[in-house]
Amino acid sequence: MDILLAIAIMALGAVVLGAALGFAAIKFKVEGDPLVEKIEAILPQTQCGQCGFPGCKPYAEAIVNGEEINKCPPGGTEGVQRLADLLGREVKPLDAEEKPKSVAIIDENTCIGCTLCIQACPVDAIVGAAKQMHTIIGQQCTGCELCLPPCPVECIHMEVIQETIDNWKWKYPVVEMRVETTDKAAPMKEAA
Amino acid sequence: MLMNLFKFKGGVKPPSNKLQSNHLPIAQAPMPSRLVVPLHQSIGGTPQPIVAAGDHVLKGQKIGEADGWISAAVHAPTSGTVLEVAMHVRPHPSGLDSLCVVIEPDGKDEWITRTPIDHKAAAPADVFHHLQQCGIVGLGGAGFPAHGKLTPSKGVAMDELIINGAECEPFITCDDLLMRERADEVVRGIAVFRDLLQPKRVLIGIEDNKPEAIAAMQAAVDAQNEPFSVVAVPTLYPAGGAKQLIRVLTGKEVPGSMRSTADMGVQVFNVGTAYSAWRAVAHGEPLISRILTITGNVHAPRNYEVLIGTPMGELLALAQPHPDTDGILMGGPMMGFLVPNPQVPVVKTTNCLIAHDDRLFPPKAPEMPCIRCGSCAQVCPHELQPFEMYWFSRAKNFGKTQEYNIFDCIECGCCSYVCPSRIPLVQYFRFAKSEIWAREREKNAADAAKSRFEFKQVREEREKAEKAEKLAKAAAAQAAKKAAEAAAAANTENATAPTAETVTTPAVADPAAAAVNPEKEAKRATIEAAMARAKAQREAVQPKNTESLTPEQQKAAAEIEARRVAAHLIEPEPVASAPASEKPE
Ligand code: SF4
Ligand code: SF4
Ligand code: SF4
Ligand code: SF4
Repeated sequence: MDILLAIAIMALGAVVLGAALGFAAIKFKVEGDPLVEKIEAILPQTQCGQCGFPGCKPYAEAIVNGEEINKCPPGGTEGVQRLADLLGREVKPLDAEEKPKSVAIIDENTCIGCTLCIQACPVDAIVGAAKQMHTIIGQQCTGCELCLPPCPVECIHMEVIQETIDNWKWKYPVVEMRVETTDKAAPMKEAA
Repeated sequence: MLMNLFKFKGGVKPPSNKLQSNHLPIAQAPMPSRLVVPLHQSIGGTPQPIVAAGDHVLKGQKIGEADGWISAAVHAPTSGTVLEVAMHVRPHPSGLDSLCVVIEPDGKDEWITRTPIDHKAAAPADVFHHLQQCGIVGLGGAGFPAHGKLTPSKGVAMDELIINGAECEPFITCDDLLMRERADEVVRGIAVFRDLLQPKRVLIGIEDNKPEAIAAMQAAVDAQNEPFSVVAVPTLYPAGGAKQLIRVLTGKEVPGSMRSTADMGVQVFNVGTAYSAWRAVAHGEPLISRILTITGNVHAPRNYEVLIGTPMGELLALAQPHPDTDGILMGGPMMGFLVPNPQVPVVKTTNCLIAHDDRLFPPKAPEMPCIRCGSCAQVCPHELQPFEMYWFSRAKNFGKTQEYNIFDCIECGCCSYVCPSRIPLVQYFRFAKSEIWAREREKNAADAAKSRFEFKQVREEREKAEKAEKLAKAAAAQAAKKAAEAAAAANTENATAPTAETVTTPAVADPAAAAVNPEKEAKRATIEAAMARAKAQREAVQPKNTESLTPEQQKAAAEIEARRVAAHLIEPEPVASAPASEKPE
């Protein structure tokens, strides 16, 4: 009797655990190649194709298959550095010059509403209808410049994103450092 | 008042330098030549300007509308004319510009009608709205809109309301003087906060180096018969930090990750905030002036009541700076910063201006390597390990800095103050923090871009499939029609079915392909026409340079013109055919 009970308990346990494992396998399924995903997380997702691949994901896949890591200009030197750290490869100088981050602007008076730029924009950051003026949603523009060449009237140009109080960053403390918050106050007895 | 006080870890005792400015009563600063009022003066949304150049405004008239719940209105500090709404430098370590309303005072200082509110009778929501519309923000530190801190957290009983009169930074005495001279109104303001928050206890914490202020506050509390405790806390920098004061007065340890102290049943307000809240409630006065200390390398240090928007240079002149003054420090020597130029205006959170010179603030000797002496960790009030955070900030290893809880750092400057190697530790921490924030923003933008890109790809796929399906359907329909016609012509019932089928199958591909080409053609033609039009337009506005040409040039131009005309002649044909071929779409 005891042995039967023990077997029953073990069998029940096996069924329960098996079900749990099966559920976990479905629920927490790792989709795709995790390394590709890690690389993609470092790539800036500008989707500009300057690396020679049609988007960041194809480039990430190519890197896994041995492509060089220095072909993404929007990612900059820092991007190369981070990829090198991730993959344990050597840091190489960027295969292009680094540009400041910009957004595209449409000259709305010249635009003829041909919709070609909409088709070129990889992230749907351009709105407009046929024969109507088009405009770019600045926050969504990745600065990929892909809308520039198709425009038949050349009314799109890039503008460098200006530094504002909201995106301003503290600089790395170097010699140019001004006398700052952290200075010691000398005793002021003589002035008092 | 006998009370069991607690201690916070660390802390330093820099020379207090308060005696220079606290022996004279608060003076009224004269009307400046012009006022530059930045719209963004508090944490939260940037108020939107509601006046334009040329408008006449009255003292206390709203010029910036609060943008969202965490935001506070901005007002004209005096009556006068709006000169412009434009970008001007604002007191911020970046030295960058932000949108400001520039007002030229008309000298009449004429008030707008003020409407007080009976806070006891009114609903709390109306009182919050009133405070927001009066632009009341925290005057002690970052300028958090006061109404945003006046609702208890859900499910947490409000134990203590703490009023911060510690004023621990050296040189600053504006809260000291406010409590000495206007204790009565400060206490009334505290009572308003008490009525809204309903805490179990109200504690007013004042550093014990301000005996006059403690006495004045105690007298006011007694006179109004309020059950508030005025508590003298030991003088130790940074006792005035919100978390340190909570620790000293209640023994509660606020975890670094906690966003609002209300979650622990504690709320902290500065004495100046209580005072201006009372002015707003009882007199309907918006926050248009504040008390600030002018001190440092000056002949006559003193506290002044100053209109928001007054250029700092004009104020400093009142205190007669010594000739070797080479800059203005806003805030105290521990946490303040040098403003970019003397035109920078006073804002709601400006509590002190210190004339800077090399005698008071000797230039720093170069930074030396960290000897890991541990002094910085001993004085850190948040029990952090500054030398580790410094090491990783310097190496730009930001992940590690976060492991050492860099975001718990309140940038009090104690660590830099004691460091024997003179390392500007806080600057490294600020650098690391803003880099981490920037990365966070970039990461979010990249994620958004990625999902939009993927969505576009999916959409394009779907559109392609839909188009193909449509074309196939149209072709099938046409084929069926043809077949039906053929069948009708033949007029034999038996032949109909098989013919339809045989015709349909091969017809699918052909008309589809045919339909795509004329459609593309038509599109291309339309675009070309539009291009030509745009070009013509552009040329029309361009200056004519066709006068005074050599005969050769004229000939070349004529040839080009001829070709252009030819191009125009070709145009209409495909355009005309466009509508016809668009039908299958
Ligand atoms: S070059 Fe452009 S498309 Fe290629 S990985 Fe970089 S951002 Fe993505
Ligand atoms: S491609 Fe140029 S002309 Fe055409 S819609 Fe875009 S901006 Fe306008
Ligand atoms: S006080 Fe300065 S030298 Fe000492 S451990 Fe800290 S950072 Fe290093
Ligand atoms: S500045 Fe930050 S790390 Fe340094 S003592 Fe203050 S809280 Fe600690």
